[in-house]
Amino acid sequence: MDGGVVPTLAPALVSVEDLTVRFVTRDSTAHAVNGVTFSVRPGEVLCILGESGSGKSVTLRALMRLLPPGKTRISGSITVDGQDVLALNPAALRRLRGGLVSMIFQEPMTALDPVYTIGDQIAETVMRHKGVSKTVALARALELLELVKIPSAASRLNNYPHELSGGLRQRAMIAMALSCGPRLLLADEPTTALDATVQIQVLILLRKLQKEMGMGTIFVTHDLGVASEIADRIAVMYAGRVVEEGPVADVLANPLHPYTRGLMASTVHGQDRSRDIDAIPGSPPDLRQLPPGCAFAPRCSLAAGECLSAVPEPRFPAPGRMARCVRLGVPAFA
Amino acid sequence: MINLLIRRIFYAVPIAFGVSVVCFSLVYLAPGDPLQTILPSDASAETIALVKAAYGFDQPLPIQFLKWLGRVMLGDFGQSIATRRPVSLEVMGALHNTATLALFAVPIAFSTGFSMGAIAGCFPGSWLDRLLTGTAVIGVSLPNYWFGIVLVILFAVEAMVLPATGMGANGSDGFSIFRWADARFMVLPVITLSMVPIGIIARSTRAAVSEVMGQDFVSTLRAKGLSEPAIIRHVLKNALPQVLAVMGLQFGYLMGGSILVETVFTWPGSGFLLSKAIINRDVPVLQGTILMLALIFVATNLLVDLAQSLIDPRIRRT
Ligand SMILES: Nc1ncnc2c1ncn2[C@@H]1O[C@H](COP(=O)(O)OP(=O)(O)OP(=O)(O)O)[C@@H](O)[C@H]1O
Ligand SMILES: [Mg+2]
Repeated sequence: MDGGVVPTLAPALVSVEDLTVRFVTRDSTAHAVNGVTFSVRPGEVLCILGESGSGKSVTLRALMRLLPPGKTRISGSITVDGQDVLALNPAALRRLRGGLVSMIFQEPMTALDPVYTIGDQIAETVMRHKGVSKTVALARALELLELVKIPSAASRLNNYPHELSGGLRQRAMIAMALSCGPRLLLADEPTTALDATVQIQVLILLRKLQKEMGMGTIFVTHDLGVASEIADRIAVMYAGRVVEEGPVADVLANPLHPYTRGLMASTVHGQDRSRDIDAIPGSPPDLRQLPPGCAFAPRCSLAAGECLSAVPEPRFPAPGRMARCVRLGVPAFA
Repeated sequence: MINLLIRRIFYAVPIAFGVSVVCFSLVYLAPGDPLQTILPSDASAETIALVKAAYGFDQPLPIQFLKWLGRVMLGDFGQSIATRRPVSLEVMGALHNTATLALFAVPIAFSTGFSMGAIAGCFPGSWLDRLLTGTAVIGVSLPNYWFGIVLVILFAVEAMVLPATGMGANGSDGFSIFRWADARFMVLPVITLSMVPIGIIARSTRAAVSEVMGQDFVSTLRAKGLSEPAIIRHVLKNALPQVLAVMGLQFGYLMGGSILVETVFTWPGSGFLLSKAIINRDVPVLQGTILMLALIFVATNLLVDLAQSLIDPRIRRT
């Protein structure tokens, strides 16, 4: 994973630049995403890691403009396969959603429509994007269920979501997401709601399909273990900012940002997958009132005066690596 | 599906039985002695006993009930104390008249209420939502007999374009909805009757639709690239079972006929009959009317249940 060399060769499939998302209500403004920049090349898997509320889901939804239009303010730029997502008209946006880009959600329980069969829901997507008849679309749905290894797929086609186990439901969700051959797959904690063994099976399946179909993928997770298995690169988010980014092996072997180190300290020992990241003392800042400096400073043992005055600019200490921390060179890091 | 149908019908039987027990005991629950109205106040003990025997009031209650039930099953509800006509004729005639109004009020109220609620629920918080929800609240909270009187004053007294009351020259028996001379008598009662169901259905549809709109799967539908109409179709199908439950109740109320509205328009329907029967202490008519209405409720519920489980497979299991 020579992250430093490849980016200059392959043009990015997705490039997000200075993405900012705020939720405005009458009495407050939540700064959910604050200047996020990253890119994903075709076939590459980027894992976004971070604790609850750090803005991972919001970032992902912004890529498909799935945030509630009334109260959401988005700025910055999002380009997917050459299209300026934030400027798309509604018809073009609908072509992008489910066609070029598709999304797998966290809760297979609630993400499928309970009163339509699995087959109908997959076929609907296929009909929408491929303009084929229902019969053809259902045949395609059957192929897809077989592709995601759902046993006795033909009869599952007529099942309603509640008749499937969580793992099968998530496989159906994956089948639906892949139905129109997307070039970019967004997966928002697709395995978090599943049992540990099922989690691994679904993960392996996803990784395999991603490789076969060569999709660029953005994979959101809480779980360092999951990230290390599936990611090419990792971006660590904190309070709506990417605080560290780099090739997965490098970041895991040598985390640069104190927050990433905290994350690893809280998960590495004992390999406890289900344990969360909140072993770092303190709690994340209030997104309605972000401090002027580094948002992590109040919880950081290395924080100094300069951390509190301004948001640290990105630094690039090694090829392909980025961290937003002014104390990178401090001896305590060694 | 057939299994489900049979099971639901089986559930309905004990309910219908319970309803008939309640109707039967009305005679004893109703304040005052039903015989009082037909007997002169100075009747001798002998006469009272004679009349009691004639009506079967001297036998043990369970026997009275079984006999009554047996007759009811054959369509014999006894005789009206007030008019001496068979109760079945009175009740059927009144139900027919009320059903004639409902035939129009139900589609009008259900489609208007549902559309208003669906539009409001799809755009919660918008000015359209506020307008429609506000209208629905007015519909529910205005007393409908007052609204009926206002309509009479406007259209019958002032503008003189529609008749005020009654069923027209041909009367209840000769009434035909296909003759405008008759049908124009229905216009104001139908509008008046529709008000409350429109309001109630609009409000519950709005609640159901906006709740479904907030569910996770709607994001999935958007993420699939579906158009807004296609998304709304999914949402409405999800909201429909809840709405059907409310519609079933409203259908029952419309078949029950509003006592006040039918009185304002002197429309000889089931509500009108009920109020007459209450005033006259006409217990057989009360029993017959209430039993029929209750059975209509039970049947409606059965249909609603079946429709709900056709739409939402999760309901089928229970
Ligand atoms: N539609 C919304 N309206 C208002 N605030 C929102 C909305 N969606 C998200 N937020 C807020 O934005 C912040 C970031 O949320 P987000 O869902 O991106 O977190 P996350 O990193 O995905 O966390 P988790 O791991 O719990 O899924 C949270 O504080 C959340 O309350
Ligand atoms: Mg999330």
